[in-house]
Amino acid sequence: MSVPTDRKFLESHEWFMAEGDVVTMGISQYAADELTDITFVDLPTVGMKISDGSEFGEVESVKATSELLSAVTGEVVEINSRLEEEPELVNNDPFGDGWMVKIKASDVGELEKLMDAEAYKMHCAAQDG
Amino acid sequence: MSVMPAEERTIVTPAEADHPLLFEQGAPGATAVSLPESDVPEIDAASAIGAEYLAEDAPELPGFPEIGEMDLVRHYTRLSHRLFSVDENFYPLGSCTMKYNPRVNERAAAMPEFANLHPYQPIEDVQGILETLFHLRTYLEEISGLSEVTLQPSAGAQGEMTGLMMINAYHRSRGENRPKVLTPDSAHGTNPATCTMCGRQACTVKSRSDGRVDLDDLRAQVDDQTAALMITNPNTVGVFDEQISDIAAIVHGCGAQLYLDGANMNALLGIARPADFGVDVMHFNTHKTFSTPHGCGGPGAGPVGVAEHLRPHLPVPQVVRCDDGSYAWCEDRSKSIGKVRSFYGQIGVLLRAFVYIRALGSDGLRNASEKAVLSANYLAARLKDRYHFPFPPPYAHEFVMVPRFGSARVTELDVAKRLIDYGIHPPTMSWPIQHCLMIEPTETESLATLDHFAEAMIAIADEVEQDPETVRTAPHNMPVRRMDEVAASRKPNIRWPR
Repeated sequence: MSVPTDRKFLESHEWFMAEGDVVTMGISQYAADELTDITFVDLPTVGMKISDGSEFGEVESVKATSELLSAVTGEVVEINSRLEEEPELVNNDPFGDGWMVKIKASDVGELEKLMDAEAYKMHCAAQDG
Repeated sequence: MSVMPAEERTIVTPAEADHPLLFEQGAPGATAVSLPESDVPEIDAASAIGAEYLAEDAPELPGFPEIGEMDLVRHYTRLSHRLFSVDENFYPLGSCTMKYNPRVNERAAAMPEFANLHPYQPIEDVQGILETLFHLRTYLEEISGLSEVTLQPSAGAQGEMTGLMMINAYHRSRGENRPKVLTPDSAHGTNPATCTMCGRQACTVKSRSDGRVDLDDLRAQVDDQTAALMITNPNTVGVFDEQISDIAAIVHGCGAQLYLDGANMNALLGIARPADFGVDVMHFNTHKTFSTPHGCGGPGAGPVGVAEHLRPHLPVPQVVRCDDGSYAWCEDRSKSIGKVRSFYGQIGVLLRAFVYIRALGSDGLRNASEKAVLSANYLAARLKDRYHFPFPPPYAHEFVMVPRFGSARVTELDVAKRLIDYGIHPPTMSWPIQHCLMIEPTETESLATLDHFAEAMIAIADEVEQDPETVRTAPHNMPVRRMDEVAASRKPNIRWPR
């Protein structure tokens, strides 16, 4: 399983990548594969305030609906509006074109406590039992 | 016995699969009824109600079907032949959805003496139904070992809410406000939902790898802020947690209450009484355990039983037997949480539960639970070498297994779809753990049916080795083949005409 090393991960399979104080967020390939074909991504609106640990959106697939959790506190500055018409981008390119939201974080340091790529790979392997 | 997909019986021609909709059949002027000439004089609508209220043009109903009676009968009869039903096919969905519902239940519930009652009838007129409900109440008290049962809640989830409201009322009556409710990570989704609805915070307790509650994690989390632990036992992965008395002691040690989600009572009837293993409150799903035909959404009934110390908080009115032997509704209960449902509960479902319990009797109920447990364990034993079982046996009345076939990319969905070709309804999928199938045969299936299911599952495992594509593209023998669920969700076309 290939996992990019330029970002951090939550146990619930969201990834977060900081560029300055803006954090881009999406879900991992593992999560996209487990959900199977994604049919709808419910994203917050630009300007919405989000806090660390809170739910701010949903991903729907033919199999399940999953909440999106934030690992940072801040304000939504951009959403990936392509997902409205092309939710399959999350399946095809979850770490790239399938990104979901950009959050202007009040403290990027919050990401420090998350898993890096190696730890996340082990987390996924443990889930597969 | 050789097991083959049931091709002869279910094969249909493409023409039949494409059978036109009712709206695409018929011809102008065709009709299924012939009304007699009107024998009352026709009057002028404009003069009767005023011309200003009349539409200028007749409403247009484009495509409204005009069809003769014979074609109409054939259309619906043809559709009925496509039904996949519990009357024709084995459903390993179990009591959660489609346990066998004895016909005699329906006969009792349809009796005009019950069906035509009105809730506002005077009490003297409704003694029969009150007596029936009173006895049902006492049967459920006996089965659970708890002190008193309310029949009001309409389904399991409402039963949970009623139970948790009583627990909250109990803590308040002792001057405490406990904001936390614990649920194991294997809990039904309704449990944390109930906590939130009742203004409590749901906290998750970890399970061990064998599916039982991790007592260390429970001890670490339960405290004097904990209102209750909501537990299902046997739990959702199909194992009976024999630590339940220890769990009760830990929970009670902090002054919290033990709530039992009774969804899996089909394994316990006459074998174990929840009150004996420390339960303070529980709900029954009578539509599951005591058989009412239902689907997701009902109809259901979720009677709730409580231990002695919670009785003051039960909902009102309660059905009671008076000193003179008559029956009445009693509103007198000073610390009651009030009424949780309009009128008196889901009477039709409760009637079916009454008939089911009376028809089986106490020995029969125990026999049913023993057979349900035996059937599940028999199937698990037959399948253990071909499928992955994440939790070790023995099981209660159901079990989960994971289709895992090495390199062949065949999922639980593919196996479930292929089962249809063998004349078996798909089981619960992908819940409560990832990629699993959950099998609950119940007590009513014959050994021959259980063997047919086991052999079909083994045959599918063989197919995966020899020809996985057949499994991946199933079903093959149904009027409608594998649906494109992705396109249906992403680009739904819900308009007629086609």
